[in-house]
Amino acid sequence: MTATERSATGRVTETDAGGRIEEVAREIAAAGPSDPDPARDPVNQAMINNWVEVIGDANPVYTDPAAAAASVHGELVAPPAMTQVWTMRGLHGVRPPDDPLRRMTDLLDEAGYTSVVATDSAQTYHRYLRPGEHVAASAVLEDVVGPKRTALGEGWFVATRTTWYVGDEAVAEMTFRILKFRPPEAGAAAGDTDGDAASAGREPAGGKRDTGPGRGEAAAATVLRPVVTRDNAFFWEGLRAGELRIQRWGGTLRHPPGPMPPDGDLDAEPDYVVAAGTGTVYSFVVHHHPPVPGKRLPFVLALVELDEGVRVLGQLHGAEPDEVHIGLPVEASFDRIDDDLTLPAWKVRS
Amino acid sequence: MTGGTGGDGAGIGGAAAIVGIGATEFSKESGRTELRLASECVSAALADAGLSTSDVDGLVTFTMDGNAEIALARELGIPDLTFFSRVHYGGGAAAATVQQAAMAVATGAADVVVAYRAFNERSGNRFGQVSSAVAQQVNTSGVDNGYHYPAGLATPAATVAMVARRYLHEYGASSEDFGRIAVTARARAATNPHAWFHGKPITLAEHQTSKWVAEPLHLLDCCQESDGGVALVVTSAERARDLRRPPAVIAGAAQGSGPDQYIMTSYYRDDLAALPEMGVVGGQLWRQSGRTTSDVDVAVLYDHFTPYVLIQLEELGFCGRGEAKDFIADGRLELDGQLPLNPHGGQLGEAYIHGMNGIAEAVRQLRGTAANQVAGAETVLVTAGTGVPTSGLVLTAP
Repeated sequence: MTATERSATGRVTETDAGGRIEEVAREIAAAGPSDPDPARDPVNQAMINNWVEVIGDANPVYTDPAAAAASVHGELVAPPAMTQVWTMRGLHGVRPPDDPLRRMTDLLDEAGYTSVVATDSAQTYHRYLRPGEHVAASAVLEDVVGPKRTALGEGWFVATRTTWYVGDEAVAEMTFRILKFRPPEAGAAAGDTDGDAASAGREPAGGKRDTGPGRGEAAAATVLRPVVTRDNAFFWEGLRAGELRIQRWGGTLRHPPGPMPPDGDLDAEPDYVVAAGTGTVYSFVVHHHPPVPGKRLPFVLALVELDEGVRVLGQLHGAEPDEVHIGLPVEASFDRIDDDLTLPAWKVRS
Repeated sequence: MTGGTGGDGAGIGGAAAIVGIGATEFSKESGRTELRLASECVSAALADAGLSTSDVDGLVTFTMDGNAEIALARELGIPDLTFFSRVHYGGGAAAATVQQAAMAVATGAADVVVAYRAFNERSGNRFGQVSSAVAQQVNTSGVDNGYHYPAGLATPAATVAMVARRYLHEYGASSEDFGRIAVTARARAATNPHAWFHGKPITLAEHQTSKWVAEPLHLLDCCQESDGGVALVVTSAERARDLRRPPAVIAGAAQGSGPDQYIMTSYYRDDLAALPEMGVVGGQLWRQSGRTTSDVDVAVLYDHFTPYVLIQLEELGFCGRGEAKDFIADGRLELDGQLPLNPHGGQLGEAYIHGMNGIAEAVRQLRGTAANQVAGAETVLVTAGTGVPTSGLVLTAP
């Protein structure tokens, strides 16, 4: 039974969905590599010129015939990292019916795992390509793991291995992994046309919904950044190191931190304690509207009273809004946005 | 109370008065620049006062206002300014603009000062959206915001919701108690021809079924967004006697900031479900004006979000801590009740002009010219934005 046929038979039910996904995944994997799908165009200088310009790769072996002739290649070659470029399908391209990623995508869409985020890929180049060569790509389903609970929602990790050929010769390979996940219920993001609440504003023009990756690359680009100063750098550095640091002046803890001690002693120097990370919800908000950069709606923000006695604010993960209440025991977690920024967050203490 | 007492408590003591009010229409898209709106409302206020632009020598507005005093002076042909000032902390500035004007007049720094606020808050820069410029400003407020905005607490509604949740928890109030404030406001707006929601009252059931914005706040707990401008002309009580309108005497004018104060996120105080900065304002107002809560004929309380109206009633001394839900029962806030609230419909119902339209309403009530007039109003209390360092006025009939 193929994925296409499955969709004709109706929606996969929740109860047996996991078993059927695994069963069909085994069939797709057993079918082996797809038929080699030829690139739209041969390896060509025009595309190379554009690509190196955008990437900023000034290596003359890709663009200057004289320099290339004098190099170890003896002639112009294509950048190896362009391998995947040659078999991209353009704006309106579709994967062939036997493509394993297409079949898995259809299957998981059908089961309600309709959102996708690429997680990682690794490429191996066996040799340089030269203008005029015509590659074809063939893919095989390598691995399907799930269902997994992720920060984005429940989903399946799907890994494929693609091999590029010139004739019968394998010239490059890639493993490519995606997460197909079930998006959270979206309803609340749409604007109300009559309400006009000052702080309940409608969506920006274009109606863009925040259904993208929660803490992926796109989110990191838009997430609001804290203003870091000499007074609070230790706090943000601590979060990057997985520590929730609370400023201490003698015996007094203080959060948010500042440059002055409670007794006004200008000779005093602060240090910090690393909080145990345990505390209880002092108050909380379930944010539905408007969209917030880097967040999927709705989400829970908790003001937590730490066992050490200070309050710290952060997003609360792993609890449905209806389950959250004042007094709920939580523990610290750390939302890594990127190399520079990790935000304090919470999860329910078991 | 750990705060100060506002000097010797005499304050402005009736030395100055509001003698003119002016406004543009309140809309969702004004179709003109903020500078044009400011020019129009100031012109209207001067005409109302029977003064000309050449009489003006002072201008005061909010830090947030986009119209520089000098730009407005150029447009209106105001030749010289001897006093110009701005007040910080968002809507908390509203009543303080009048305080600044009154102090300038009382000290002789200026003779006629116009306080103004004009913006395209609905069709232009909307405060209810997430603003990276606010979040990441390079100053102490930006530093403060770093503990909140990046985590996702990034809108005014959400900041209020955090306090509202704790308030519900501590005092056993309900979302319906918040809703009663919204229903009252919309009932007043329904009979105010200048209100955006004229003819559009709501029911408590509609409040309860309006969508969540930031739980526990529904959409109808949040005020509307508006384009428009309001201006107020202030001069000395002495000069006011010779002008064409009955003056609204500034019997009390005060600012207030509380312990461990933040802008909308004073989350690190012992008592989260409170607005101590409004207590600081209230204490000064009663001392300066010689009035008490029982003297107040009309209360114009800042209502950007309904929960803070309840807490203001407590901070100002109309009822005890946590008792507002009972205080507002039995029609006490209605036009014929013991404490008529926001007869113009407030910002929930009339327009969101950052609190300045509420001051204009207070003046109309004292003149006896309001759309929803409270009979015999002689003492009106006005407050400014809450959750921020704020301000307030007691205005009285001459």
